[in-house]
Amino acid sequence: MTTVTDMNADSYVTADGRTIGGVVMDLKNITLRFGGVVAIKDISFDIREGEIRAIIGPNGAGKSSMLNVISGFYKPQEGEVWFRGSKRPPMKPYQVARQGLARTFQNIALFDGMTVLDNIMTGRLNHMKANMFQQAIWKGKAEREELANREICEKVIDFLEIQHIRKTPVGRLPYGLKKRVELARALAAQPSLLLLDEPMAGMNVEEKEDMSRFILDMNDEFGTTIALIEHDMGVVMDLSDRVVVMDYGKKIGDGTPDEVRNNQDVIDAYLGVAHD
Amino acid sequence: MPEQLLFAMEVTLNGLMAGVLYALVALGFVLIFKASGIFNYAQGVMALFAALTLVGIQQGQVPFAHLINAIFGTEVHHFPWHVPSIIAIILAAGVMVLFAWIVEKYILQHLIGQPDIILFMATIGLAYFMEGFGDIMWGSDIKTLDVGLPQGMNMAIDEATYNMFGYGFFIDNLDIVATVVAALLVTSLVIFSQYTKQGRALRAVADDHSAALSVGISLRFIWVLVWSIAGFVALVAGIMWGAKSGVQFSLSLIALKALPVLMLGGFTSIPGAIIGGLIIGVGEQLFEFAIGPMIGGATQNWFAYVLALIFLIFRPQGLFGEKIIERV
Repeated sequence: MTTVTDMNADSYVTADGRTIGGVVMDLKNITLRFGGVVAIKDISFDIREGEIRAIIGPNGAGKSSMLNVISGFYKPQEGEVWFRGSKRPPMKPYQVARQGLARTFQNIALFDGMTVLDNIMTGRLNHMKANMFQQAIWKGKAEREELANREICEKVIDFLEIQHIRKTPVGRLPYGLKKRVELARALAAQPSLLLLDEPMAGMNVEEKEDMSRFILDMNDEFGTTIALIEHDMGVVMDLSDRVVVMDYGKKIGDGTPDEVRNNQDVIDAYLGVAHD
Repeated sequence: MPEQLLFAMEVTLNGLMAGVLYALVALGFVLIFKASGIFNYAQGVMALFAALTLVGIQQGQVPFAHLINAIFGTEVHHFPWHVPSIIAIILAAGVMVLFAWIVEKYILQHLIGQPDIILFMATIGLAYFMEGFGDIMWGSDIKTLDVGLPQGMNMAIDEATYNMFGYGFFIDNLDIVATVVAALLVTSLVIFSQYTKQGRALRAVADDHSAALSVGISLRFIWVLVWSIAGFVALVAGIMWGAKSGVQFSLSLIALKALPVLMLGGFTSIPGAIIGGLIIGVGEQLFEFAIGPMIGGATQNWFAYVLALIFLIFRPQGLFGEKIIERV
């Protein structure tokens, strides 16, 4: 397969006026095994620039595994990952992150000892180019960079409405706010693809509404491309442009929320029809 | 001023400077603990190994001379040259960087994601290995380390205090040098960890590996970096202690003195290691001075540990350590 994905092909405008561009991430025939267990079986789908793409499915369907493949934490045995028009060679997670891919985790992964602001600043690490000496004496390039990066972080902080906790060590925050800080760190990296692993797990209705609003605004204002995993079906159908449905490691549906809702396989998977 | 008070002042000053030397060792522990959550049992042996390497390079010793002689029946022991101190120090620092790289590649790499206790056990193994390796490489005889640091009583201070109080203070020149070096080292380490990108990455790795990876931090690079710095700190500690009491096996036991310092200062705080070292240094000397004679002396052997024990009861995270907050 040598075709290079044309990023500008087939762009269209959604009903609410957002422009969806070409393919950013293209997953081709991904298979992931842990020993004898097949976590993901021959799955292909793509993520387009500017869209909100959801991955749903019952527990153990392989959704998180899929996200870990995309972010480089798991290495699939078969299949290809194409990112921004070129095939991605086997990479370490930190290399994937440096390519412009940010993520959050199902079980929050934050730097508990650092303040909220410092946590968010780590999202900017890859955008700092000054050498160690310049940074140590805080002159020239280092100073300019630090200020520019601070400004971006402050913008993100404003946007996610966490000004009041900027100097608080993350370890002291309640769960809902931690989730928001994690999102802020990922957003501060200005990623070309943002992966959210169950951004609303364990939240109450009010917090879920806040989070949904942030996700939509993020996509709308910054044009961030988002792929997310979520259990709450109502939320998923409201938020996303297109949905991939997984069950037992296989893809059983792919399309707009309406298409997926009416897909017989999907209905079976969720209502629990016996597998043969 | 009464004689007793002057004497107490002198004891305090000497305690402070001894404390600096304790702090130097404790610093190495803190660095590695901060970045990887590993309590590096081998830190003391690293100081010994660094000092041995320095002396070996300086005096042009042939590494593994005993081994070579035993196998080939030769009689080699020294190269016909002496290396200037400054170059020897740079080369020894280079060896410690190489050592850091080897530790990362052959030990840490294979233990990613293992519980802390496993990593701790690995450092115990490392300590014993290095102890033997150092012996084979450079021989086990006691060596004198001389890199040209001034030693002996500082005349200027003696004279000045004599003119002022009619009693001359005994302050060792080496202790003064150690204090200056430690101050420089700590300042640069604090600046490094608080204000540079690598420092921020280091603190990030200490907190959460997955999260660090997800923002693009290479764990390998950070580990090699932090073990290199710890190796360098070990070298500095090795030079100071080696110059004071010779390079010999007991040098590796100074690590034990660092433990109470860490408990006092907190395992995660660089300034804490310094303050902890100073408190132990002064406390030890003053206690021996004031209480020692009443209970038969030799209190230095246990004072630090008892102090640490009392601290553990009232403030387990140490003076400056991060308080462990656990939400339930």
